Order: sequence, then structure tokens, then C-alpha cells
Amino acid sequence: MSIDLQKDYFALFGLPRAFRIDREALERSYLGLQQQVHPDRHAHLPEADKRRALQWATRVNEAFQALRRPLTRARYLLELAEVDAALETNTAMSPEFLMEQMEWREAVGEASEAGDMDELDALHRRLRAQAAGIEETLAAQLDDAHDHAAAAETVRRLMFLDKLDQEIEDALAALES
Amino acid sequence: MALLQLSEPGQSEAPHQHRLAVGIDLGTTNSLVATVRNGMAVCLNDLDGKAMLPSVVRYQADGSVVVGREAALALTRDPRNTIASVKRFMGRGLKDVTHIESTPYDFVDAPGMVKLRTVQGPKSPVEVSAEILKVLKVRGEASLGGELTGAVITVPAYFDDAQRQATKDAASLAGLNVLRLLNEPTAAAIAYGLDNAAEGVYAVYDLGGGTFDISILRLTKGVFEVLATNGDAALGGDDFDHRLFCWSLDRAQIEPPSAVDVRRLLGKAREAKELLSHTEEALLSCQLDSGEAVSLTVSRQVFADITANLVRKTLAPMRKALRDAGLKPDEVKGVVMVGGATRMPHVQRAVAEFFGQEPLTNLDPDKVVALGAAKQANALAGNRSADEDWLLLDVIPLSLGLETMGGLAEKVIPRNATIPVARAQEFTTYKDGQTAMAFHVVQGERELVSDCRSLARFELRGIPPMVAGAARIRVTFQVDADGLLSVSAREMSSGVEASVTVKPSYGLSDDEIATMLRSGIDHAGDDMSARSLREQQVEANRLVEATRQALADDPELLQAEERAGVEALVRTLEALAAGDDLAAIKRGVTALNKGTETFASRRMDKSIRSALTGQNIDQLEV
Repeated sequence: MSIDLQKDYFALFGLPRAFRIDREALERSYLGLQQQVHPDRHAHLPEADKRRALQWATRVNEAFQALRRPLTRARYLLELAEVDAALETNTAMSPEFLMEQMEWREAVGEASEAGDMDELDALHRRLRAQAAGIEETLAAQLDDAHDHAAAAETVRRLMFLDKLDQEIEDALAALES
Repeated sequence: MALLQLSEPGQSEAPHQHRLAVGIDLGTTNSLVATVRNGMAVCLNDLDGKAMLPSVVRYQADGSVVVGREAALALTRDPRNTIASVKRFMGRGLKDVTHIESTPYDFVDAPGMVKLRTVQGPKSPVEVSAEILKVLKVRGEASLGGELTGAVITVPAYFDDAQRQATKDAASLAGLNVLRLLNEPTAAAIAYGLDNAAEGVYAVYDLGGGTFDISILRLTKGVFEVLATNGDAALGGDDFDHRLFCWSLDRAQIEPPSAVDVRRLLGKAREAKELLSHTEEALLSCQLDSGEAVSLTVSRQVFADITANLVRKTLAPMRKALRDAGLKPDEVKGVVMVGGATRMPHVQRAVAEFFGQEPLTNLDPDKVVALGAAKQANALAGNRSADEDWLLLDVIPLSLGLETMGGLAEKVIPRNATIPVARAQEFTTYKDGQTAMAFHVVQGERELVSDCRSLARFELRGIPPMVAGAARIRVTFQVDADGLLSVSAREMSSGVEASVTVKPSYGLSDDEIATMLRSGIDHAGDDMSARSLREQQVEANRLVEATRQALADDPELLQAEERAGVEALVRTLEALAAGDDLAAIKRGVTALNKGTETFASRRMDKSIRSALTGQNIDQLEV
């Protein structure tokens, strides 16, 4: 009788299993589910209901977090396809890409040392634009070509960018306090 | 009693009786209790018609305790035994307390949380807060005419786990069933948003007596979604008083005065501050015990100048919260002001300047938190009417993590994660044959463990001996809807299971809480076992009622014999609850809880299905 929605976040939100996602539908479905499962809806019920509500609401939040960001969504799709992307261990990237990363890192380091928030903001925007381009590639690889090996490689590139993004955020936050 | 009028089993349209629930704003300076009456949230007044209860507790030599205005009268007379602003000490060690030199208390540094030595012995801030809550509980029950089903207690959004846990313990100590800990700015947003049918992104600027919070929320179709929160759990109106107090000492060229004189002058400083919200100038005059006198005129401008850096201290959290929410100041549709300290004109000016718009002040900043808490309490108690279909999605304010090699903190759950949330992380052994592993749970944004708050240390024992790196130890962090953390660790690779679960604490053990409970009862001349029995009966009746409600709501989910089984358990427990066998009632509660597991699981499935169906219908309509 229990619904088996544990395995697939896309099914949980009633969405097709794909990288290209209808963000509005995702959000609408997320809020709709939380309306049903959130512990606040079950606070007046017996312990067993409360425990289930906690588990389900936790699960729904986890699923939403995984699908809402392109990087985590792509990683999740690879996981569903049982592709071992060796994301943590395989760091072999093309020399051009690594060179580019070093340049980025230097630029961020310089701007944050100089306390130049405008420059950091500009770098942030450029980085996001580049990430958007990589996401286009990912969409084609995952949804159209179904080339998971190529997608795993692209995900690894996106992970580098994500880390840089976090570094810029941290530098900006540090300058604000 | 109306509370216990239950529907008969089998009656499908159960009359949803009104359960008595309150919202409590446990403030640094003042506390309030509110409830929903005829669909309207209202603050409950004391016999003198006053809603605000000064958060002041006085321990007297004869063993009695006085709370509120009467206690406040003794602030200068009996400073050591008269405790004000105790919220600042909740879940705090001695080193965390700001301006400790100008507090008149005799602190005892206990592990995790300070205690205050009084004529009635050392008191934990949890006990002092419980005294305030007891008064509000009595007020609520007298006003509503019955025992409370439960209460929602508000906490500053920026409170960490130790401070939240301390607040919940204080409520338990006061005999309150805590329906939820609710973040103060979120409570304000509920009160404001539901009254104004607001939609869009709102900022709540909450400067209370001792705490500052900024929350950014998105309101859409009855969902209050907190996008980010930030703040300073040790910044509030008290600091403005303190600044004025220091200024006056400096101006009047006086040495640091005695405890009594400190209180006296701080009180005068507060009066002058409050006056300056309405006038251009205020007189700060005070005759001290030392024989010295202070007589100074303070202008609005001088006050604004000497407290400018305090106002500035609220700007960085605002910028950080906006950045975390991914928004710019001009994307905020409205700014709600909460807390008495937001009455200061220069605070309002700074906020208006930051957001480029005049903040909203149409709800009383002192009452709005309690009113929102009352609405939430009403909904959680199950009194929700059909048009009250709103939901709250809140976040944790500070990242939670574990200590790793070299004293570094590794984040497990990031700040601003929507709760409830769980995250697991895997670790392995680093020595051959290692059978135990130690963990240190911390909260905060800084890289070094020493700069974060230590929440708990625990050890997983009984790991089967293996070569280094072979064990797989999974540590799971679960944060519930109150924002409270529990951590468990488990060895995954072997058949043998070693597992441990900890609730981070601040030094108060369960035994200590039990002792406090007992001593509190001795005072009241009550009997411990009678109270335990009463509590267990209430709990049993609550469960009976909740189960009947569930049976009435979803009768189709049980086969006839399953239903008969649950109903039998309900009837058994009901009969037991009418008797006085404590152990038997406990067994009955456990049995019914266990007997409704399957039912609960099917109910949840049904809910989820209905959500998914709703979603598909939406898509078809597009």
C-alpha cells in the first residue's frame, strides 16, 4: 500500500526524469507536498503520525534541494543512471581548463585581497554566465544524446565552477563583516 | 469539561472541538501570551489589564518567587536576587555574556550555561525563564477557562541549538506542552501577512531587548517561506541603555558605581532612551547611593551619535541575509519592524535608507510576535479552519558541523537550510583494530572549531576491529521542525551494529531537570506522583482524542478488523486514563502509539497522493 516514491525524486514531484526542468512546476509541486507532509500539519496527531511527518518533510526538502540546482540535479541523474562519475577521485581535466581555473582563482584572490567588492561582483557574474553555458551542454548530453560518459566529464567541470562560486561568495561575505 | 468532550467512535463527522492553545513571546524585557479567539489573535491581559509582563523574576528570602512588575520594583533594592534580561544567559557560558561587569549578579560558571546565585541558591537561566512561563500559563488558563493543550514559544531566529534547547526545557519545567518553537521574525510575518494578505518578498527587522534578527521571507499563496535569516543573538535595546549609561558615567565623571547604583542609572538611561523616541531632548537625572548625582541633558542627536555603531552592527547581517537569499535591497516589497527597540527614530531611519523605503509599523512592534505565535499555536493544535490553509517553511540560522583533523569545522548542514532537514556523512577508522571513534558537534560559520559553538561530544563504541579505513561510520544530523538537532552514528559495513544518538545539551542532564521539577513542586506544596499522574492522564487523553480524530478523518484506510483493533486500544487507554495507575496508563499510551503505526503510514501516503493528484490537475489546466 505504501507508495514507493523513495527511489526517485522526479516521480515524487510528478516531473519527467530530465535535466531540463520546469522550475515553476517543481516549486509548485514542492509547496503542495509540504502542505501535506509538513510536521506542522500533524502536530495535533499521535506520535506515529508526527514521526512520519518529520521523515517525509525531511525527504521532500532533500529531494527539492537536489533537483533545484543544476549541478546537484545532473549528479542525481547520473546516479539514477548508475553511472560512476568518479566525481571525487577523477580530477584529470584538460590542461586548458586547468589553466583557466588558475586564472580565475588568481583573479578572485587579488580582488578579495584588495577588498574590491565591485570586481568580485563582476567576476561572480562572469562565472555564472560561464556556468550557464556549461549547463546548456549538460542538457544536450543528458536529455538529447543520453551520453552519460560525456555528461560525467561536464559535471566535473561544473563542480570546479561551483567551488569557485562558493569562494567568491565567501570572499564577499568576509568583506561585509 | 469542554476539552474532553469526545466524539463517539464510528461517528464520521467528529465535531472539531476547540483546543486551548496559546502563543508565548518569551522576551528579554517583556513577555506576552496570546490566543486566537473567534478567529482573531488577541493578547491576554493580566488582572490590571496589562498585556506585557516584565521579564523580571525575584527570589525572596522566605522562599517565594515574584514575577513581573512587582519584581521589577525591587530591581534597584535587591539587584542580586532580582533577575532581569535572563534571556541573555540562556544556553550561554560565562565567557559569552556581554557587559558582564555591569550586571549585578553573582554568577556561577557551570559547564555550558551560567547559573546565578540567589538567596534561594544557584538558579539556572532555564529555571528563571520557567518562572516567567508559569505566570503566563496561569494567565492563559484563567483567561481561557481550562487546561492548555499546548503552547508555541517564540525564540530569536538567530538562537543556536543550545539556546533553543534551553528555551524548550524552560517550557517543560513550567509544565507547558510545547507545540513548536517558532522564530520571532517568522511569527511577526504570520501576524502581518495574514492580516494584510501580503504576497511577495518581505524583510522582518526585529530588534528586541537583547537580540537582533533579520529574516527574508517569500509569501506566496499562504506559504511563508523563509529564504534566509541572520542576526546577532547578543545585540538589542539593552545595549543602547548601556551605551547611554557609559556616556553618563563619563560625562558626570563618576567612578563605576555599586550594583544598586548601576541598576538605578541603567533604569534612568532606559527611561531617557524611551523618551527620546518622542521628544528631541531628555533629562537623565539620578541620585546615587554614593552621594554623587547625575544630571544631564541628552539630545536625540547625541543619543544617535553614541549608538550609531550599534545601529551599524545590524547592517552587516542584513546584507548577508539578502546575499544568502540571492536578492538586492530593492527587490524587497516591504519591511516589517518588530521589537520595542525599533521605535528609536534613528533605527527606523537606517532601515529605511538601507531598503530605500519606509518600514511598516502598523502593527504594535511589542505585540506582533505573540499574535503570530497565537495563530501558529491555533493551527498546530488542530483548530485550523478551512480558510486558514497556510504553511510555514523555516530555516536553521547557523551551519551545523563536525570537528575534523586540525581543529577545523566541516559543515554537515549549511545555514539557511529549510527544516526539517537531515544529512549524513561517512567517516572511517584511521588505525588498525580501532573500536571507538569520537565526534565533536559544532555550530557556526567559522572555519576553526574554537570559533564555533560546541554543542556536543560523543563517542561511538563497539566498532568491530578491522584494518584502518575498512569501517564505514555514518553520522546523521537530523534537525526537526523546532530547529533542534539530534545526531546519530552507526557502523555500516559489519553485521554488528554500534549506534548512538545524542541530543546536544548545555550541561543540564535529564537528572538535573528532574531535580528542578521536583524542587519546584515541593515549593508548591504539591505531590510529585500526583503531578506525574496528572501529566500522564493529559497525555493519554490527548492521544485518545487525536486517534479518534484520525479515525474520523480517514475511516476508509482501515479494514474493519484493523479498525476494531485500534478502537479497542483507544477504549482501553481511555478507561486507564480515568484511573490512577500511572504505569498502566504509560503502557496503554505505548500500545496505542504502536497500534497506530500502520494507520499513520497509510494516512501519510494518502496525503502525498492527494498532493500529487492536485499537481497533475494543475498541469492539465495549463
